[in-house]
Amino acid sequence: MYGWIWRHLPGPTPVRVAIAVALVAAVVAACFAWVYPALAPLMPFNNTTVGE
Amino acid sequence: MTGTPGRSATRGRASNAAYAGLGVVGELLITLGLLLLGFLVWQLWWTDVIGNREQAQAVAALAFTPAPTSSASAAPVVATPRHDDPPVLAEPSHATTFATLQVPRWTGEPIRPISQGTDRQTVLDVLGIGHYDGTAMPGAIGNFAVAGHRTTFAKPFNRIAELQLGDPLVVRTADTWYVYTVTSTQIVRPSDVSVIAPVPGEPGATPTERSITLTTCHPMFSATQRYIVHGTLAYWAPVSSGTPVELLAAGG
Repeated sequence: MYGWIWRHLPGPTPVRVAIAVALVAAVVAACFAWVYPALAPLMPFNNTTVGE
Repeated sequence: MTGTPGRSATRGRASNAAYAGLGVVGELLITLGLLLLGFLVWQLWWTDVIGNREQAQAVAALAFTPAPTSSASAAPVVATPRHDDPPVLAEPSHATTFATLQVPRWTGEPIRPISQGTDRQTVLDVLGIGHYDGTAMPGAIGNFAVAGHRTTFAKPFNRIAELQLGDPLVVRTADTWYVYTVTSTQIVRPSDVSVIAPVPGEPGATPTERSITLTTCHPMFSATQRYIVHGTLAYWAPVSSGTPVELLAAGG
């Protein structure tokens, strides 16, 4: 999978490395901004109130 | 003779495909592991970073007038305790920040905002401490009940277990200080709503005291129980008269 992505990145190696780093950063940012906040309420901890 | 190499080449291609498929599965599993690790980083660290920022903004947005200082030395003036009926605010609309909490025992903790409501999405996960709908407001006869995270989301009640009997809990609204002292702590089941009853532990009883109750999770990183702290009002003071001595003794 990663090999396939690597082979399909354009340009010479330094450019590919830069694009790969940018892709990883984008995935992490998307997780922090949307995915993890959406998952957090489903986790079985962190409830602080009584009567639920 | 000609069939054998062909057959072995076919077998080789098949096992290559199998290995490639296995490799993809392995990479997916590694990716899943990294994403889970990322969730931990987000939950245990990033929610604190964002939460502290948002809660500091909520406190700043209150724009409370600072307590007066002595004109001669610029030193804070000690507020005069009052024991008559304190002013009591009406319950604000949902997710409105209306008060702050300071606990001298928790040295180094910032001033925390208290907002209306106890749902996670609009109050507890963003604004910190939430006031249970329908429970008494600060200073009122009854039970001023609030909830807060003990871990993650800036964890305003992280150090709740450090509280000792007699410790002050200082609540401030725009014009009034309400100084409560801790009277008891307990650990209960999450379903035990009697702890936020007007008379804590006695649902249905008519209150005569001005109580405060803090609720948070217990044990840490778990939701199996709730850690409860009860207190009663020691005194109140107008902010215009100065700062409660409890806050000055703690070094401001």
